[in-house]
Amino acid sequence: MTESELRQTIVTLLCDIAPEIDPAQILPDVSFREQLDIDSMDFQNLMIALNKRTGVDVPERDYPKMTTLNGAVSYLLPRLPPT
Amino acid sequence: MSEFKMPSLGADMDAGTLAAWHKGVGDRVQRGELMADVETDKGVIAVEAFESGLIERLLVNVGDRVPVGSVLAIIHADGPATASQPLQADTVASATPDSVAAIPTAASEPQHAPAAITDRVPMSPSARRLARELGVDPHTVHGTGTGGAVTRDDIERAAASERQRVPAVPAAAVAPPATAPAGARMNANAQLRMRQTIAAAMSKSKREIPHYYLSTTIDMHAATSWLAEHNETRPMADRLLYGVLLIKAVARALHTVPELNATWNGQQVILNPKIHVGVAISLRQGGLLAPAIHDADQKNLDQLMQAFRDLVQRTRTGGLRAAELSDPTITVTSLGENGVESVFGVIYPPQVAIVGFGKIVQRPWSIDGGIFSRPVITATLSGDHRVSDGHRGGLFLSTVEKLLQEPGQL
Repeated sequence: MTESELRQTIVTLLCDIAPEIDPAQILPDVSFREQLDIDSMDFQNLMIALNKRTGVDVPERDYPKMTTLNGAVSYLLPRLPPT
Repeated sequence: MSEFKMPSLGADMDAGTLAAWHKGVGDRVQRGELMADVETDKGVIAVEAFESGLIERLLVNVGDRVPVGSVLAIIHADGPATASQPLQADTVASATPDSVAAIPTAASEPQHAPAAITDRVPMSPSARRLARELGVDPHTVHGTGTGGAVTRDDIERAAASERQRVPAVPAAAVAPPATAPAGARMNANAQLRMRQTIAAAMSKSKREIPHYYLSTTIDMHAATSWLAEHNETRPMADRLLYGVLLIKAVARALHTVPELNATWNGQQVILNPKIHVGVAISLRQGGLLAPAIHDADQKNLDQLMQAFRDLVQRTRTGGLRAAELSDPTITVTSLGENGVESVFGVIYPPQVAIVGFGKIVQRPWSIDGGIFSRPVITATLSGDHRVSDGHRGGLFLSTVEKLLQEPGQL
């Protein structure tokens, strides 16, 4: 998975969880919670969906690194299993 | 023969639109099986059959809007209860408190054909306004005024009768119109209906319920430490949110102070035999619902988490069941994720208490003479003073606090 594909995957999963989101409006360095009104349940569902899609297991202590689009991409990209 | 009626999903609901039938004439239906989807101001709600049997007739077409209590279908019931006499809502209520039929309606007599919602009942504007405020459907009230007009007294009697009918009357839940497809933005009409529903429920609460308010600060060190350790060993899909610990602590504390899990019938306290915790779930488009996690005290934390996740998803995307909206016996609300440190809720009638939690914050905390930084949360109780006193409310909050000090035992 390329960085671009990973980014698109995260956006798609976000939109699955909160369908009213306009993908074009997502700011990559602003927290999902702040800009998209994502709460802890939504966030946990996003983490679970990302785990299923990418195979990366994110420990709960690392969740703070996953709260923005750029943060999530930076965290997941080097951990993606080889294809 | 029994009647499948338009349920009441709140004291402020007077009518609903049949959105879909899940069954047809000649189909067999089991008690608890989905019969129909009903569109209300609370969204599209799935309504279950309250009795098993064979569907004889469907009396309402998809798209028809009919008053609460209207007969939607006739079911030829299994077993001995097949008398031609229609099933009375209060009879069903005592037999099957969990079924949708337990939802009281203002109907004093069963209606064999749904009256068109446009049929105007003769009554004064004042009586009509009162009916709206008290959640009474005028179509179901016997008018004693001139020419059979429904008077204010008739409405008040009907409302009192409804309150006494069943302890577990439906919560006048604040109601967003989830009628729109998942993710769709609410239109102006839906927004307006939502505000009107919230206004009616909250006005009724503040008009009738003498609230008292208590708060306490709870050390969450044990709970958050336990949770972090617990989640560290669990697959991502099985991790718990701390909100689940709060819900379970509230549910268990109600065993100590059961009068907070009750209703007031105008004369006395009626304890609810079951603990169905309504959880306030906000919608991103605005508004909120507080559907029930049934038997929250009986569920372990994993089961509670699963139920909570499922409820949040269905609240936001559609698919709530009627019983989930009508059954809460107490409500838990949290605004902690919005950064709020304490919330004093308004009780949803006919419940008699609402428990609030704020944000977990680090604060200096004195332990054995030393000062430590601890994660703490403010827990509040809004109680109905007709039903409980501050002393008992304080006992409830202190029980919640104690339970949260031993999260592994929840």
